[in-house]
Amino acid sequence: MMYVLIVFLPLLGAILAGFFSSVLKDRGSQIVTSGFLVVSALLSWVGFFDFMGGAEPLTVDLASWMQVGDFSVNWALRIDMLTQVMLVVVTSVSALVHIYSIGYMAHDPSIPRFFSYLSLFTFAMLMLVTADNLVQLYFGWEGVGLASYLLIGFWYEKPSAGAAAIKAFLVNRVGDFGFALGIFTLFFMLGTVNFDEIFAAMPGLVGKQFNFLGWQVDVITTASLLLFVGAMGKSAQIGLHTWLPDAMEGPTPVSALIHAATMVTAGVFMVARLSPVFEYSETALTVVTVIGAATAFFAATVGMVQNDIKRVIAYSTCSQLGYMFFALGVGAYPVAIFHLFTHAFFKALLFLGAGSVIHAVSDEQDLRKMGGLAPHIRQTWILMAIGSLALAGIFPFAGYFSKDAILEAAFASGSTAGVYAYWLGVAAAVMTAFYSMRLFMLAFHGRPRAPKEVMDHVHESPKVMLIPLYFLGAGAIASGFLFAGPMIGEAFREFWGPAIYIGEHNEVMEAMHNVPGYVKLLPLLAGIGGILIGWIMYGWKTDLPASLARTHQVLYQFLLNKWYFDEIYDFLIVRPILKLGRILWKQGDGRIIDGFGPDGVSALVVRLARRAAALQTGYLYHYAFAMLIGVAALITYFFYNLGL
Amino acid sequence: MSDFPWLSVITFLPLVGVLVILFQRGDSEGSVQQIRNVALWTSVFTFILSLVLWVKFDTGTAEFQFVEEAAWIGEGINYKLGVDGISVLFIILTTFLIPLCILASWKSVTIRVKEYMIAFLIMETLMIGVFCALDLVLFYLFFEAGLIPMFLIIGIWGGNRRIYASFKFFLYTLLGSVLMLLAVLYMYYTAGTTDIPTLMAFNFDADVQKWLWLAFFASFAVKMPMWPFHTWLPDAHVEAPTAGSVILAGVLLKMGGYGFLRFSLPMFPLGTEYFAPLIFALSVIAVIYTSIVALAQEDMKKLIAYSSVAHMGYVTIGIFTLNLQGVEGSIIQMLSHGLVASALFLCVGVVYDRLHTREIARYGGLARNMPRYAFVFMVFTMASVGLPGTSGFVGEFMILLGAFKLNTLLGALAATGMILGATYALWLYRRIIFGPLLKEELKKLLDMDRREVAIFVPLIVVTIWLGVYPAAFFNIIEVSAQNLIDNYHAAVTAAVEQPLSVALR
Repeated sequence: MMYVLIVFLPLLGAILAGFFSSVLKDRGSQIVTSGFLVVSALLSWVGFFDFMGGAEPLTVDLASWMQVGDFSVNWALRIDMLTQVMLVVVTSVSALVHIYSIGYMAHDPSIPRFFSYLSLFTFAMLMLVTADNLVQLYFGWEGVGLASYLLIGFWYEKPSAGAAAIKAFLVNRVGDFGFALGIFTLFFMLGTVNFDEIFAAMPGLVGKQFNFLGWQVDVITTASLLLFVGAMGKSAQIGLHTWLPDAMEGPTPVSALIHAATMVTAGVFMVARLSPVFEYSETALTVVTVIGAATAFFAATVGMVQNDIKRVIAYSTCSQLGYMFFALGVGAYPVAIFHLFTHAFFKALLFLGAGSVIHAVSDEQDLRKMGGLAPHIRQTWILMAIGSLALAGIFPFAGYFSKDAILEAAFASGSTAGVYAYWLGVAAAVMTAFYSMRLFMLAFHGRPRAPKEVMDHVHESPKVMLIPLYFLGAGAIASGFLFAGPMIGEAFREFWGPAIYIGEHNEVMEAMHNVPGYVKLLPLLAGIGGILIGWIMYGWKTDLPASLARTHQVLYQFLLNKWYFDEIYDFLIVRPILKLGRILWKQGDGRIIDGFGPDGVSALVVRLARRAAALQTGYLYHYAFAMLIGVAALITYFFYNLGL
Repeated sequence: MSDFPWLSVITFLPLVGVLVILFQRGDSEGSVQQIRNVALWTSVFTFILSLVLWVKFDTGTAEFQFVEEAAWIGEGINYKLGVDGISVLFIILTTFLIPLCILASWKSVTIRVKEYMIAFLIMETLMIGVFCALDLVLFYLFFEAGLIPMFLIIGIWGGNRRIYASFKFFLYTLLGSVLMLLAVLYMYYTAGTTDIPTLMAFNFDADVQKWLWLAFFASFAVKMPMWPFHTWLPDAHVEAPTAGSVILAGVLLKMGGYGFLRFSLPMFPLGTEYFAPLIFALSVIAVIYTSIVALAQEDMKKLIAYSSVAHMGYVTIGIFTLNLQGVEGSIIQMLSHGLVASALFLCVGVVYDRLHTREIARYGGLARNMPRYAFVFMVFTMASVGLPGTSGFVGEFMILLGAFKLNTLLGALAATGMILGATYALWLYRRIIFGPLLKEELKKLLDMDRREVAIFVPLIVVTIWLGVYPAAFFNIIEVSAQNLIDNYHAAVTAAVEQPLSVALR
């Protein structure tokens, strides 16, 4: 019952705020949705501590959904430790974002709509993390996609927002295409889509092959890779990442909730949830590792040169998701989820902090037009510092524990891919610290670059925005050292219970504690080094960045233009398809099919039609009469035949 | 009570409304209003009555239910009605949509209201008749006669190029029907009856089956419409009045799919087996080709019409997978499309009534002054895209699952429609609803009024219901679909064994 409330209160809030806004008004819809979310979050924590105290996993059956032959799915809530951790993350961050938005969106003309969408998103996300079968997971998956689409396009009057919203939905659909095929594959082989049954059947599938698109391929590897394509879309991994930076068109609280803390981590959750499947495919895990590491590196390089404060953080999110994926790839599922957990706090903090900055400088997002804000917005300054240090992985902030553990696990795995991931990860860690410092210095220090009238207005955000930030700040500091022990320490098995499956030969969780000293030390040094470089370039020798950009023009442009992914896609896919559409329509339908088909005939018909047009003005009785004659003729015809 | 002729009453009830309307005289506003009321109440009452079928339907049997039989044209050709799990939901879909059509025409049709309402009510009778006829001649009569009112609706109350469109529509469909008529005659002479259940059990010769299958295919493929017989549809939709489009998309297109299920599969299993690859090829082309063409459209109705062709492509794939997921999925997909495409055409109608243009470029930014409209349009865009939780998902997902089971390549190719479908639908939505509200004439538009809301509320409710709890619908379909598939496989297996036993002798 408690879990039903946790999941469905946000839906109720969304419905109330969406449909009864004329009754509730702005204030009412804020109170209803935020209030429900707070209740939901508190209940989640209650459940979390129940599980910490040893509560058993359970499944709450709600109703039958689809039952067709041997295909059967229910609406059901599956609660185990993995779900429980996600519930805590999602409801806590969502509740804080709701409250923050009361202040941030105070001057928006459509407040009820905004809160309704936020709550709707939360509901879909909760359905996703509580799914007990692949199809419900898919439901939540597409549901959060819808909410994300609606929220990115929230300021629909900006053409760029509409474009970004569509892009997000479509790129995700490409991922979902793979996801759906993955579901089909598992159903095709096993005749079920329920997690328990799939997991139980996996050992029997080892080594089995089937015919996929004409090739004989390994079942588990194919299914895992197809499902992973879905995860790549949702979690913005390299190749399918292009929507995430554009998604920053949405209001900042949305970026914090959806595009940092929760939705984009759904792919990580999915792989962890399906650990009993992925664990059986070496190949799939290697692919996950490689893609994750590549994303961590790629996004960090791009993040170093972006000028939009939100885009810097967006690329940082992309990069951190890459870390989570290669942690999954080397088999350290608990570590990935641990990083997901800490990341949710400090990244939401960074986004909301950035929101507070944007708020202070009259909705300016360009870092080049900020600077010197620190004395005016002290509290935001401190909070952003906490967030940045956590992101850079500095002891004792949360990011230190989780990111370190990921890199150690990657190294400890001993595989080529793992070591490759380790080094890319260390390089990305330097860059992460660097761009965090760059953002921090550009926004808060140096000479103010905003126009004077903006600077005169710079003000600290209201309490309703700052209090959620303090909560997140506390999380960014404490979530690391408090939970590192139980989640990834020696006793991690007791913590996770049956929620995460780790194969017998997979000893990465143990091995990660016994890596050489330099491996442990390097990530921290990378963080400190990155901060130092950042300080040198943006705090000390401030003309250095510009001259570097000038001397390395090609590299700079390459990074600034995000490795030209958008341009390549536009050239290779978008334009040709639109062109093809016109050709098929005008030539295929118009000239060929119609030309040889009906229009050839209808040249004649039109002539007839002209004559018949005279009939058009007649009475209906005439038509009815004509119809009767037709019927009579038919019947007569049959009578004749009967006579034979 | 069990002998009460429910089907005849439901089928012909709209004609009672026609009679009443015929007695209305005068052109005053009052009497026109009277005509509208009569039409509305007749159709509402028909709908309520048709729910009896739902309530009293026995989901435990694949036999035809509510069967009525009366001598008609001598020997072998009878007036026979009955429904099973495959047809009953289509009847309810029809009776459900007609009142909405009449409501949607409340203000937009001002000329020849009397004739218009009569045409719709006759149309209703004929469409219901199609789905409950258990005699081939009777079926054919309803099937073809349905063309006439539709032809008139497009031709009289349609747009500027209505004559061209209505003739294209008429010729195309008639051409298909002629071939079917020949097949019907042949079957009558061979089997000596046109009783559908008898013909289902009648094993036509294997070669003959192929010819008969093709003849029926000609008719159904045009009706669906399948690529490349689809070009009449965009024209017909563009020129048809809103309610005409609703009927066209909502019910008439379903007759093709229903025809495959009722005739092609059970009567010509060998033909079906032989031609299934052809169907798959055409369907996959339809899904991809028309989705891409839809992207290039500048007219709202044309875009939705092309999307209909793509969605019907899914249906034909599902039907010919001949497994339970595919077949049941295709029926759900047809029902869903009946709701969703109808609703989308009604959405077009809402703004067309205000601005009298369907050109996409003339719109933009409607979210600002028409929030209710934006919401409704969003719901149906998402349903059309197949978002889980809406009806569109259930059918599409089942069909893809069934297709994937049969052949992974078929499943994968068809699934590309998921991506393409989202592309054109969301792009349409963006161009109409999103963006700045710049155009002067758009700023004056009012949001949907109470009548328009009343049209959409039932559609939304059923769309969500079908998406969240489709079990209610699957229950009705299940046994009949299972029976259909079992019979098909039995027939195909028998045909493989038969020549062997002949050879052994």
